[in-house]
Amino acid sequence: MAEMTLVEAIRRAMDEEMARDERVFIVGEDVGKRGGVFRATLGLYEKYGPERVVDSPLAEASIVGVGIGAALYGLRPICEIQFADFIFPAFNQIVSEAARMCYRSNGEWTVPLVIRAPYGGGIGGGLYHSQSVEAFFAHVPGLKVVIPSNPYDAKGLLKAAVRDPDPVLFLEPKKGYRLLRGEVPEEDYVVPIGPAHISRPGRDISLFTYGMMHYYALQAAEMVAAEGIEVEVVDLRTLAPVDRTTILESVRRTGKALIVHEDNLTGGYGAEVAATIAEGAFEFLDAPVRRLCGPDVPGVPFSHPLQDWFMPNAQKIADALRALAAY
Amino acid sequence: MHLSEPKQVEMFWMMLLARRLDERAWVLHRQGKIAFHISGIGQEAAQVGAAFALRRGEDWVVPYYRDLALMLCLGYTPREFMLSLMGKREDPSSGGRQMPSHWSLRRVNVVSHSAPVATQTPHAVGVALAIKLRREDKVVLTTIGEGATSQGEWYEAVNWAAVHRLPVVFMVENNGYAISEPVEKQMAVEGAAARACGLGLEGVAVDGTDALAVYAAVARSVEKARSGEGPTLIEARMYRLTPHSSDDDDRTYRTREEVEAAKRRDPLLRMRQHLEAQGWLTPEGLERMEAEAKALVEDAVDYATRAPYPAPEEAAYPVFSAEVRRG
Repeated sequence: MAEMTLVEAIRRAMDEEMARDERVFIVGEDVGKRGGVFRATLGLYEKYGPERVVDSPLAEASIVGVGIGAALYGLRPICEIQFADFIFPAFNQIVSEAARMCYRSNGEWTVPLVIRAPYGGGIGGGLYHSQSVEAFFAHVPGLKVVIPSNPYDAKGLLKAAVRDPDPVLFLEPKKGYRLLRGEVPEEDYVVPIGPAHISRPGRDISLFTYGMMHYYALQAAEMVAAEGIEVEVVDLRTLAPVDRTTILESVRRTGKALIVHEDNLTGGYGAEVAATIAEGAFEFLDAPVRRLCGPDVPGVPFSHPLQDWFMPNAQKIADALRALAAY
Repeated sequence: MHLSEPKQVEMFWMMLLARRLDERAWVLHRQGKIAFHISGIGQEAAQVGAAFALRRGEDWVVPYYRDLALMLCLGYTPREFMLSLMGKREDPSSGGRQMPSHWSLRRVNVVSHSAPVATQTPHAVGVALAIKLRREDKVVLTTIGEGATSQGEWYEAVNWAAVHRLPVVFMVENNGYAISEPVEKQMAVEGAAARACGLGLEGVAVDGTDALAVYAAVARSVEKARSGEGPTLIEARMYRLTPHSSDDDDRTYRTREEVEAAKRRDPLLRMRQHLEAQGWLTPEGLERMEAEAKALVEDAVDYATRAPYPAPEEAAYPVFSAEVRRG
């Protein structure tokens, strides 16, 4: 096994899937010679050529829409949206078309499509290079939404997404592209879409999170462990379809739940987790379900003090855990 | 591009059958037997002309909702149309999930489309990209109304096809109105064909009430596409002889005199007169065709009326591929 970064694991997954299956191809802005602005496709243009690593016009609706057409024909496109912030022109194609194709045609047509998009803040990207978009899409039946928190899962989940017969939105925590490192097997493996992962067992509080916030959640859990608070960290990994069983079983063990995401609070994914707990584990709760989320402002501001105010971090999570433990 | 006598008579037959089915749909709606109809009356010549220029069943078609005559040419049956109008389980496009005339017919490579206009155009381009990637010699025909050429997704898709020189023919069925809005509220140029010049592909305007003229234009474009010389934009000019849909009242925005004048240029009448002038259609021949059309329409109405509705619980699937049920 080799240690690699998150972005290396993502690149490795695409490389292996393109070598395994000639139907797999990549399409997006700057994915060719440039190798992607985050270098996720570095070297793939040289290896597979311009027909399988397609530099697209600068137009997101058609990156996804053309991908849908190719998928209908039997290919396995991986569409790269350069930043999740730029995905909204493709919202119509993702929501009205990719997600609904199977249902509306009564299964005559299906869309085996992966849409990769770097998301999240804390990188000085301001309002339009920092957004978390998962709540918009996790709402949509027919669409799978996956967010890896580490290189091992990223490779395995992305390979599962490429092999999946339905559209998958694969959101990558861009702050973690080079910050998140870990052991990744050389060999072929998949991490199935769906199951959550308990990355740290604990008996006092369940902490539900995903993506970049998982990194800070583990740090926070370590901080409060020294004070005798044992936190169970649950990495959701797949937001749609979500693993309700693991969520409910964890809360039934701990009796307390904190949900952390950097997307803003209102109507965020945490609301769905909180509702799941309220419906399925109410009688096990020893405290109100708490959410620590980005504040309800229109975006992550650029200037460092403003960005720091916006972003959840290990300290803020630890404080929320202490407050919940004391309830 | 000469078409034999039997072919031309067959074209007229498809136009006639489409017209009688369409007229019957209006009657069924007035009788309260169906909930909705969206009509293609006045557009049959262009649709049949285009269909006859394809390798039907082999080339791919990404249509829009007025294309009943086009669909019949591809093998869609009168019974299937009536099943769709009545929302019956056996409707091959969607099993009663979509509104009528939202076509899908996998057995002859007709892709499912939705109601937000121009969303289908990128799909056609994606299919064409896949054809080119696989080095096959199929082509794609995609149709659209002139109003939808105002959409960004339409521009994105046509631009992409021009950049990559893809084997696709874009046919705009310019029927003069987008619900109530005349062409001059959609574009400052004279017609949709003129939009091509800024996108770097050939734009051709053709009389859409002349099936043979449309056939010639589409056949030439299909040949061009098949030989790797890229896409063409064809604008077929015609007139929408009915209201936009069964929920529209066109008296609120256009005069009866205007509609009556357009009826004198009815494409069905034009084709009939052409065949009669050639001596290829006799009064007895026409009578036989009318009788056959009437019988097919009656059979379709009877069949669809007796056909079962979907069971309510069928509405629960298929959200994902794994839920697809056959039969």
